[in-house]
Amino acid sequence: MIVQVALATGFVLILIGIYGALTQRNLLRMIVAFTVANSGVNLVIVAVGYLPGRTAPILDATVPAAEAAARIIDPVPQALVLTAIVIGLGVTALMLAFAYKLYEKRRSLDIARFSELKW
Amino acid sequence: MIKRALALLLVLALGGLFASLMSAYAPDPELNPTARYYAEHTAQDLGAANLVTAIIVTYRGLDTLGEVTVLFLTAAIVGLVLAQSRRRIPHQPVPGGELLATGTRLLTPLILLLGVYVFVNGHLTPGGGFQGGAILASGVLLVLLADPVKPFSHGLISVIESLAGTLYVLIGLAGLALAGGFLDNRILPLGEFGQLFSAGAIPVIYSLIGLKVGAEFASMLASLSETEDL
Amino acid sequence: MSPILTGMTVLLCLAMIVAALAAIRVKSLPMAILAGGLVSLILSVVFLILAAPDVAMTEAAIGSGLTTFLFFFVLSRMRGGEDD
Repeated sequence: MIVQVALATGFVLILIGIYGALTQRNLLRMIVAFTVANSGVNLVIVAVGYLPGRTAPILDATVPAAEAAARIIDPVPQALVLTAIVIGLGVTALMLAFAYKLYEKRRSLDIARFSELKW
Repeated sequence: MIKRALALLLVLALGGLFASLMSAYAPDPELNPTARYYAEHTAQDLGAANLVTAIIVTYRGLDTLGEVTVLFLTAAIVGLVLAQSRRRIPHQPVPGGELLATGTRLLTPLILLLGVYVFVNGHLTPGGGFQGGAILASGVLLVLLADPVKPFSHGLISVIESLAGTLYVLIGLAGLALAGGFLDNRILPLGEFGQLFSAGAIPVIYSLIGLKVGAEFASMLASLSETEDL
Repeated sequence: MSPILTGMTVLLCLAMIVAALAAIRVKSLPMAILAGGLVSLILSVVFLILAAPDVAMTEAAIGSGLTTFLFFFVLSRMRGGEDD
């Protein structure tokens, strides 16, 4: 149940983010929409790794190594998402730096004003 | 208007795709073979209690090296793109006041200490190099916000970053020479399971990752905060 | 899975969707950025419920903390760029 809720929310976040990125005209707003879509993708990947009734992949007194395989959830998606979040910040910083340079050139963040590559 | 309708159409189509994915989805009752291997072998092979850390640092260590490289490239490009926009004449902001200055001086070492704690204990508890690095960077962020006039030492940051990166690769190569392969953690004794000094080289590697990630985030934040007002 | 936890998840997910809609719909740009940060903050709690404490920590520190600050650093340099 909890997995389905999380999956559905993740998909909705991706859709909201894509819709926002396609319809906004302000560069910074497009970047905000991208971060929302990014969060949605992360939620979907983590939700796929969750198995009902199990616990976090950390071994200690309550989850001894011998019965770990029956007690923990899949750690691989978590490792992937950890990577994805860090790279996500890098990508966001890069987009913001370019948005700043574009604003420096044109004094505007309106995407419609940047038409050199439009056909 | 037509653009908005097209976007809505695309989102609806994607939504249909996602819905069909969702309807067929049921969580597996058992771990898949890869995850099962990690669950059964991590404790005796690597000695790490946190499986996510074991995967990031050792099983998929090469991925992490690549990721840190990507992050380094991003920080370098952000610095390069914004280099010409750096503030030439430092503007004269109003001094922040005694409370802010003292509070910053009190809090910054504590924040840095928490960051170090998080990445040194990465193999035992939730946390690790990336989280600890982000906490270190937030300590730098506090200094940047509280005292914008203070010149940010890009030299120190790049020394920390290059040292951490070089040591990371050297430890990886040591694994090739002394243990089973590149970035193998068994170049140091595995120690007693669950202790701070255990799991071989994992705490060392994750600390280096933490320093490197912290330095990269800090330099990104500083590059963006040193830009000129437009 | 206890019904309380399931109910909490549903509530948090609803709050996340509302915050995401606010992030792309709201008029003022600072509010949109804050709403985007709020999505990440709630998401980190949902990660905790999904038994992913490592990811929750990363999302809270990086996704909602540093990202929001990067946006505000850039925004504070651009006077007048907000209302296009």
